[in-house]
Amino acid sequence: MPARVVVLGGGVGGTLAANLLSKELGRDAHVTVVDPTGMHVYQPGFLYVALGQANGRWLARDERTLLRRDVELAVETAERIDSTEGVVQLARGGSLPFDYLVIATGARLVYDTVPGLREGSYEFYSLEGAQRLREALRGFRGGRILVGIAGIPYKCPPAPVEFVFMAEEYLRKRGLRDRSEITLLSPLNRAFTIEPASKLIQPIMEERGIGLSTFFNVEAVDASAGVVESLEGEKAEYDLLVLVPPHRGQSLIDASGLGDSSGWLPTNRRTLQVGDHERIFALGDATDLPISKSGSTAHFEAPVVASRIASLARGTAPKANYGGRVMCFLETGNRRATALRFDYENPPTPPKPSRGWHAAKWIFNRLYWETVPQGRIPERVKEGSEP
Amino acid sequence: MSTTIAVTLDLKGLSCPMPIVKTAKAMRDLGPGDVLEAFATDPGSAPDFVAWCKATGNQLLEHSEQDGVYRFAIRKTR
Repeated sequence: MPARVVVLGGGVGGTLAANLLSKELGRDAHVTVVDPTGMHVYQPGFLYVALGQANGRWLARDERTLLRRDVELAVETAERIDSTEGVVQLARGGSLPFDYLVIATGARLVYDTVPGLREGSYEFYSLEGAQRLREALRGFRGGRILVGIAGIPYKCPPAPVEFVFMAEEYLRKRGLRDRSEITLLSPLNRAFTIEPASKLIQPIMEERGIGLSTFFNVEAVDASAGVVESLEGEKAEYDLLVLVPPHRGQSLIDASGLGDSSGWLPTNRRTLQVGDHERIFALGDATDLPISKSGSTAHFEAPVVASRIASLARGTAPKANYGGRVMCFLETGNRRATALRFDYENPPTPPKPSRGWHAAKWIFNRLYWETVPQGRIPERVKEGSEP
Repeated sequence: MSTTIAVTLDLKGLSCPMPIVKTAKAMRDLGPGDVLEAFATDPGSAPDFVAWCKATGNQLLEHSEQDGVYRFAIRKTR
């Protein structure tokens, strides 16, 4: 009997893991992807939507078209995982028994933990949010823009920095720059968590006249007064506030009793196994691993999960391990970008921002649909070689 | 002043900026003079705690390391 593999979530990690497993095991496995919408969304595109450089249509495709023919797609909401029985209960009443489970359910945005967040701020972490922000920017006639993070961990750590650079360029092009101020609110004493990246970013911020407010951990927003308050007791006035909403794991994880207090799955940093469940794996934003929540992380984790499940299904010892590899592009505006490549042991040494890295990011955005979900990205690109 | 610990935070295994954010949150709930103790394993947390205390005016009473675990004791000043 073929091994029954259930993959929860049709994002980058779930789709790639399902395709790799089906390719590797062929008739020896029956792979089912469960996704509540059946649509695959390319989230890195939200940033471009917010700044009016892309429209929403480009960002979503039918998940079915990205899966190998022999992978089944169930457009269903998973309600609970019974880890002892090996069954996923579906919201509409059905159930899916599994021999191996991949949890790739990502993160969800929560607004209620920060007072005033929903009323007082904009975000570009959902398609609707990015479209709303685009309209707000279109109507912006000058003033003070503040950009920050309302909770950690959050997806794509460089995104707020990219946003300030790209927004600065946007205002310049619209002739509003001399009537506007842009400030990045940082939870630390530098622009970005990773020190070498901060050293590269801060001088560019200075050069472009972008402010940096350090140790500003957002506590509350007063929408009517246009003021954001920090845990450190500071207050900052704004005309347009852009805050990354706090993230949490999916409620399915809470309902199944598998996660920590924030709904993240306790995941082995090398094997990606969840807790002591030998047949359950997690990848991408759903894990509690202390690395970037990003599509790139899921992209590098999926082959590890697929290989370990394939070995277990064949009765051999799994060998693949995740080394913490992540690769992120970081737009610095003016059609330049840099890249952060790192793993558990090696911090990044980002190159000087160049047009080449900007072009590489755009090529990646374009090629994504034909390459990443299918596992067709050549090794040279995965390694993040110089463009 | 006594150095009774009002609250202890286990920040081991968390990576930057989590330890600072959790500490900032916990400090918010303390009164002036209270001491918070935190344990972290992220090597970057040492300079971050020093800088955070300096920026916020809180007093870093102690800052030590043993077997890769960093201990910080911070007194809330205001």
